[in-house]
Amino acid sequence: MLRYFLRKLFVYGLTFVLAVTIDWSIPHLMPGNPVLTLMGRIQIQDPKVAQHLYAHYMRAFNLDLPLWKQYWYFWVSLFHGDLGTSILQFPSSVTSIIVHAAPYTLGLLIPAILLSWYAGNKVGALAARRKVLDNTVLPLGYALTATPYMWLAIILSWTLAVIWHVFPVGYGYDPTATRGFTSAFIGSLAYHWFLPFMSLFLVSFGGWAIGMRNMIIYELESDYAHYLSALGAPQRLIRKYAFRNAMLPQITGLALSLGAILGGALVTEIVFSYPGLGYQIYRAITNEDYFVIQGIFLFIIVGVLVANFLIDIAYLIVDPRTRIGMAGGGS
Amino acid sequence: MSLHVEDLRVYYRTLAGDVKALDGVSFDVADGEIMGLAGESGCGKSTLGKALIRLDGRMRYVGGRVVLDGEELPIWDDGAMNDFRFRHVSIVPQYAMSALNPTRKIGRMIHELLRTRGANRNGAQEELERRLELVGLGPDVLGLYPIELSGGMKQRVVMVISTLLDPSLLIADEITSALDVSTQKAVAQTLVEFRDRGFVKSTIVITHDIAVLVQVADTILVMYAGKLAEKAPAEEIVSSPRHPYTRLLVSSLPEVGVRYAEKKLYGIPGRPPSLLDPPTGCRFRDRCPLATDRCLQEPPWVEQDGRGIACWEAAAVAPEILPVLVETR
Amino acid sequence: MSSAPPTALATPADSPQLETLRGPKPMSSLREAVHFALGNRKLVFGVSVTSAMLLFAIFGPLLARHAPLTYEGGLGLAPTTHDGYWFGTTLQGQDVFSQFVTGLRLAFIVGALGGGIAAGIGMLVGFTAGYRGGVVDEVLNMLTNVVLVIPTFALLLVIAAYLRVRGIMTESVFIGFTSWPWAARALRAQTFSLVSRDFVDLARLSGRSSWKIIFREIAPNMSSYLFMMFILLFGGAILIAATLDFIGLGPSNTISLGMMMQLSVQNAALQLHLWWWFLPPGLAIMAIVGSLYVMNVGLDEVFNPKLREM
Repeated sequence: MLRYFLRKLFVYGLTFVLAVTIDWSIPHLMPGNPVLTLMGRIQIQDPKVAQHLYAHYMRAFNLDLPLWKQYWYFWVSLFHGDLGTSILQFPSSVTSIIVHAAPYTLGLLIPAILLSWYAGNKVGALAARRKVLDNTVLPLGYALTATPYMWLAIILSWTLAVIWHVFPVGYGYDPTATRGFTSAFIGSLAYHWFLPFMSLFLVSFGGWAIGMRNMIIYELESDYAHYLSALGAPQRLIRKYAFRNAMLPQITGLALSLGAILGGALVTEIVFSYPGLGYQIYRAITNEDYFVIQGIFLFIIVGVLVANFLIDIAYLIVDPRTRIGMAGGGS
Repeated sequence: MSLHVEDLRVYYRTLAGDVKALDGVSFDVADGEIMGLAGESGCGKSTLGKALIRLDGRMRYVGGRVVLDGEELPIWDDGAMNDFRFRHVSIVPQYAMSALNPTRKIGRMIHELLRTRGANRNGAQEELERRLELVGLGPDVLGLYPIELSGGMKQRVVMVISTLLDPSLLIADEITSALDVSTQKAVAQTLVEFRDRGFVKSTIVITHDIAVLVQVADTILVMYAGKLAEKAPAEEIVSSPRHPYTRLLVSSLPEVGVRYAEKKLYGIPGRPPSLLDPPTGCRFRDRCPLATDRCLQEPPWVEQDGRGIACWEAAAVAPEILPVLVETR
Repeated sequence: MSSAPPTALATPADSPQLETLRGPKPMSSLREAVHFALGNRKLVFGVSVTSAMLLFAIFGPLLARHAPLTYEGGLGLAPTTHDGYWFGTTLQGQDVFSQFVTGLRLAFIVGALGGGIAAGIGMLVGFTAGYRGGVVDEVLNMLTNVVLVIPTFALLLVIAAYLRVRGIMTESVFIGFTSWPWAARALRAQTFSLVSRDFVDLARLSGRSSWKIIFREIAPNMSSYLFMMFILLFGGAILIAATLDFIGLGPSNTISLGMMMQLSVQNAALQLHLWWWFLPPGLAIMAIVGSLYVMNVGLDEVFNPKLREM
């Protein structure tokens, strides 16, 4: 089992290094001098100030140093938690932007992932055994999973917020509300959270429901299911086994789907102007705020790696075959 | 107490029509008898085995009766059959190696199965362990997952499970097909042992391998194209087969110590008829070296002195001429 | 959007289940296949809708009366038959219909290119790993895992953000180079199951080169599986492209469905109720991708006799 984890950690470590390297190297692969580009953004009028800023940035970028040293310093500042400064939201540091935006994104992602997974699995399992339910769940599931996240967000926003004023159109909370741990504020947070969450939830739910339904059908056709039926075991026992076995690939699927729902969260935030990482990265892209883009990217990478690791642990706990297979030698 | 099957017909539903896989089969299996059911692929033996315990989705009961220990088995009614399954009729399936839930410890699965069948009494655990020991497995097997067992071990576990409630009828469906020769022998001997110890009353062993049946079975029933061809005590089927199909089948068996130059092996040219639209009359007539015009009419199944046969010409020709007939065809 | 297909449609997803999935079936006689194909409602539905959209994409731009990006029409007009503004205009007076059909064309191109590249890499990696086994397999496995774990969407964001001029090719290449891992894994498992079969041993004995064996013996047996895989990658590529475009990382010199949605949101089309601007693009994507998925399920039933309803 130790080998299993070491192997995984190695892959994750490798991925992290690779990601950081890509992150660092992109500006250097760009044609032209990145600092001049940045300067162009800021448009300083006074040439003296411009020269000063130029020198500052060259030092900040370490562009006056040889490449390998720049790379090294990148890692150093990374471990100091220094991800640079935002150009658009100068003088906010990238780290502070991330710290303020991350809770909103996580607040959308974690409930959406967990609830859609859970609900999708349950409904999919139910659909697998009742033909009537199956006839609704199946087309609905396909429709939902084929829907682009931002489009569902647009539709929900337009219908429920703009036309019928059931929910707010955007933002994390009511701009006129006073911030703090009051129930009013938390209520406002929840109120504004609902539509973006719903949008993410619905699309993911479709995919999980269909997946689980197919897996259950597959399991019900397996040899052990046939054997138990031949021995007269009741359907509920067989279904119990089938459900448990069908869960396994669904757990792996969770890891695979992270990238997709991440993208979904990003675009949903844009539609609702929800102040999470997606919204920030959008602003950064449209305004060429490179440090912010780099910083958020790294944050996302770390988050995804951690999530993957947790899912690997969960899978190991749940699937005895992996545990035993490990004892006999790696996979 | 025994098994009585009368004119059993089970067809498969397909888009093209009904495949008459089992088309009117009648036989009896006595208490304590091990009956072998032999024939090539598609002859209906597996269909028969399955029909006696559980019709799968594509199978359709068409007619006939099955009576076990004096009670009629409602094989057309999946729900009603459930009372009989495991307790009175049991099966060791073809896929025994993958018949165990891979994510459940074996012992746990067995207990859950017994509990849902109302059979988890005191003493069940000891009986289980005793039987496992009988087949050469220790009680620690119950704490393992299927993936930790070899193919042969899984096979034996399944055999123990299937016979745990001492069924009156055990159906062993191609249980030796996926095994090497030495394991085949061990498994075959286990079947006999179960019968000798009274765990099982009647056994039907389904296989395409007559060689295995000769070791294990008391009687052998040969099927062809959904119908019965011949029935006889095991040694007699091999030493003095009467039905042309059986003869050809037996002569295609290699003998130890005999060289090909001395005695040629004959396969049976041709293929079994399509069961979607079977030919009228005897279904073997297209491949039979003894076929005459009489065979356009279906031969009746005739049983006498423990031997049965469905063939017009069977007694007509002496057995030695048969290979020559095949060559001149 | 999916960078991996929903576990729905990947046949019983990841290992160890993958290894036990219903193996590839060689195509039964063509007539039988066609008969089943025509009788399968899902396949017929899927193919019809996709073909309809494809036709729309091919001929639409020819029907459009105005160029997609020119500001000719009245501002924010509702759909009308007047002057060919069948889908109305944007807030700036651009022809929505023209934009729509242009975007539709682009979607199919990106789907085909992106999906094709991903399929190609997936086949390369999957076949090699499955066929060679051993060290080669280990290394490729490692590579696959790394690319799989990287949140490719975030990666695309970073890379695309730095490139000033982006074309359709660039976008398709990106998508292709980041969507292949799950395809590689699935194909590797399938290759494993075929490699141990006799006809491959025979081919090896006859001295054929590895690649010839892979293409002449193994791939044809998987042809149905490969085709279905391509369809999933195609659909996935369209979704990813739409998302990238929506964030502003789409091709810089033209208009796409994702970009239409982005611009409509940016210009407060929701508040202004310019529904003709944001409804059609998303609907089109949903229609194409959804019908592709359904088509896939239908194909599975046709190729795999076990699944056919009686």
